[in-house]
Amino acid sequence: MHVVVLVKHVPEPTATWSFADDLTLDRAAVEGRLSELDEYAVEQAVRLVESGLDARITYLTLGPAKAVEGLRKALSMGGDDGVHVVDPAVHGSDALATSLVLAKALQHTGFDLVLAGMASTDAEMSVLPAMLAERLGVPQVTFGGDLAVDAAAGTVTVHRDGDDATEEVVAALPAVVSVTDRTGQPRYPSFKAIMAGKKKPVQTLTLADLGVAPEQVGAAAAGVVVRSVAVRPPKQAGQVVVDDGTAAAVVADFLVARGFA
Amino acid sequence: MSDPAPQVLVLVETVPADPATGRSGTVRRPSLEQLTVARRLGTPAALVCGPADDDVVAVLGQHGAATVYVVDAPEVGGYLVGPKVDAVAAVVDRGDVGCVLVTSNPEGKEVGGRVAVRLGSGIVTDAVDVQAGDGGPVATQAVVAGQWLATSQVVRGVPVIAVRPNAAPVEPAPVQAVVEKVDVTFAPSSLGARVVSRTPRATTGRPELTAAPVVVAGGRGVGSAAGFAVVEALADALGGAVGASRAATDESWYGHQFQIGQTGKTVAPALYVAAGISGAIQHRAGMQSARTVVAVNKDAKAPIFALADLGVVGDLHTVLPQVVAEIARRRA
Ligand SMILES: Cc1cc2nc3c(=O)[nH]c(=O)nc-3n(C[C@H](O)[C@H](O)[C@H](O)COP(=O)(O)OP(=O)(O)OC[C@H]3O[C@@H](n4cnc5c(N)ncnc54)[C@H](O)[C@@H]3O)c2cc1C
Repeated sequence: MHVVVLVKHVPEPTATWSFADDLTLDRAAVEGRLSELDEYAVEQAVRLVESGLDARITYLTLGPAKAVEGLRKALSMGGDDGVHVVDPAVHGSDALATSLVLAKALQHTGFDLVLAGMASTDAEMSVLPAMLAERLGVPQVTFGGDLAVDAAAGTVTVHRDGDDATEEVVAALPAVVSVTDRTGQPRYPSFKAIMAGKKKPVQTLTLADLGVAPEQVGAAAAGVVVRSVAVRPPKQAGQVVVDDGTAAAVVADFLVARGFA
Repeated sequence: MSDPAPQVLVLVETVPADPATGRSGTVRRPSLEQLTVARRLGTPAALVCGPADDDVVAVLGQHGAATVYVVDAPEVGGYLVGPKVDAVAAVVDRGDVGCVLVTSNPEGKEVGGRVAVRLGSGIVTDAVDVQAGDGGPVATQAVVAGQWLATSQVVRGVPVIAVRPNAAPVEPAPVQAVVEKVDVTFAPSSLGARVVSRTPRATTGRPELTAAPVVVAGGRGVGSAAGFAVVEALADALGGAVGASRAATDESWYGHQFQIGQTGKTVAPALYVAAGISGAIQHRAGMQSARTVVAVNKDAKAPIFALADLGVVGDLHTVLPQVVAEIARRRA
């Protein structure tokens, strides 16, 4: 079985972010890391194999040269190999184009199960797994709280923790599954594992390798154009009172004055 | 410009009727907010996937939906997302839809994302405002953990916009709604993820978290599951919903479905009370669109105070019950 985990190299969440002149996130200006939410997908893939699933684990990333660091981090947690799609034409791509490239890359690698995190910690759209399922014509099960693969039956079973209900969902493989940050703490690789991860093969692919034309991606192909970005105006610092037994009355007055009580 | 304005299709979220209690079906508030947005952009139309009883159709008409498309097939509830994508695509295929609006929650975004792929359209998610503009709707998004505001326009295909709850007011705009039943042939690949069991959660009796006008949230400072009683008491005094930080949900003091933040819910209530929450960036990502913030925290240096319109440096277990008592006293 071939498990392909989508990983994204993202700006460090605590870094100060800025936007470049073309209104894209200035990724070169900040430290990056493997998206914390993707680590949960990596962890689940590695655990599947540890619990006896006969599978090869490939990590797939799309991003600039630096994004290989994300692959290396994932490879240090376990798994077999990495695929890095890197092409200058990709810069400025929207979710549609990103999903196109990743779908082509998945067709290139082949897959039985695609695993992803619940969102990226930078773009936060959470639409990519669904878009990939649409493009690949395979089932999607997102926001899985756990997953079990039955290789003989060719199915994946996932529990979802929804707002109104908890659900058990079964999908036939091949399928796209995303997992939440409640699936289990990602492991912290040892020094030895980090060194081993560095030796695992990483293949680099361009758009041409995938049969994607440059004009299908990038800013020019985008279905959405950003018209402006601005830092949200900082809130006026409000009143702070130290409770000396009278704070509750201040709060109640405030709530009444604003029509909340 | 003599053509009627194109339809703006709202994918409606409903709470189906409950035959056991005799409660009729209702429309979730964010869908009504999207009908307000739809009126700004064109002629509002609604799509209900599942049963649309008379009450649901009437409410949609009261809020401006002249056409209510209904796709009532068992597939809609039996499989994840796919059948709804087919339903939206089937209505758009009829030809007069100029824009599709969905709720910016996990399901809405996934339906929207797949519809966008199928139509070759651009998609904007997490819109906190949408206005008509030259060349199509202009959506405002809060990006990068909510620290930046961006405006965007879809420039390809039928725009698909996922709108956050509380992005627009609910406004009555009565029209006579006409129901059109739509037969959809579901694609085999849309029937791939089968829901084999579904266990409904007990309802809390409080307003729904993402739509609630008031949210009272507790964090690690609450200290225990039992400690949440003081948070609930203040929420009830204010008619609000209860939320929690990830620290509190990770400890299982409160249900994960109430977590606010990057990996939980995004809320934008008129009032947010943060009790025993430090205000980490991932938490703020889920609440910084709140209009008024009150924070109660023992630590005067907690980052949450930077967002607070009113901050109390104190023990929440002392302050919250006193606030409840003060409110009751003023009402008496
Ligand atoms: C990828 C990722 C995603 C995340 N997603 C989320 C998310 O969706 N939501 C989220 O909330 N967090 C999220 N986090 C976690 C986040 O970083 C913080 O760890 C978390 O928000 C802290 O919760 P807290 O404020 O309740 O706890 P703490 O940071 O421990 O703060 C507790 C606060 O309570 C105060 N306090 C203690 N006792 C009292 C008392 N008796 N009275 C008054 N005040 C008291 C303390 O002074 C302190 O300020 C995420 C983290 C990561 C890495």
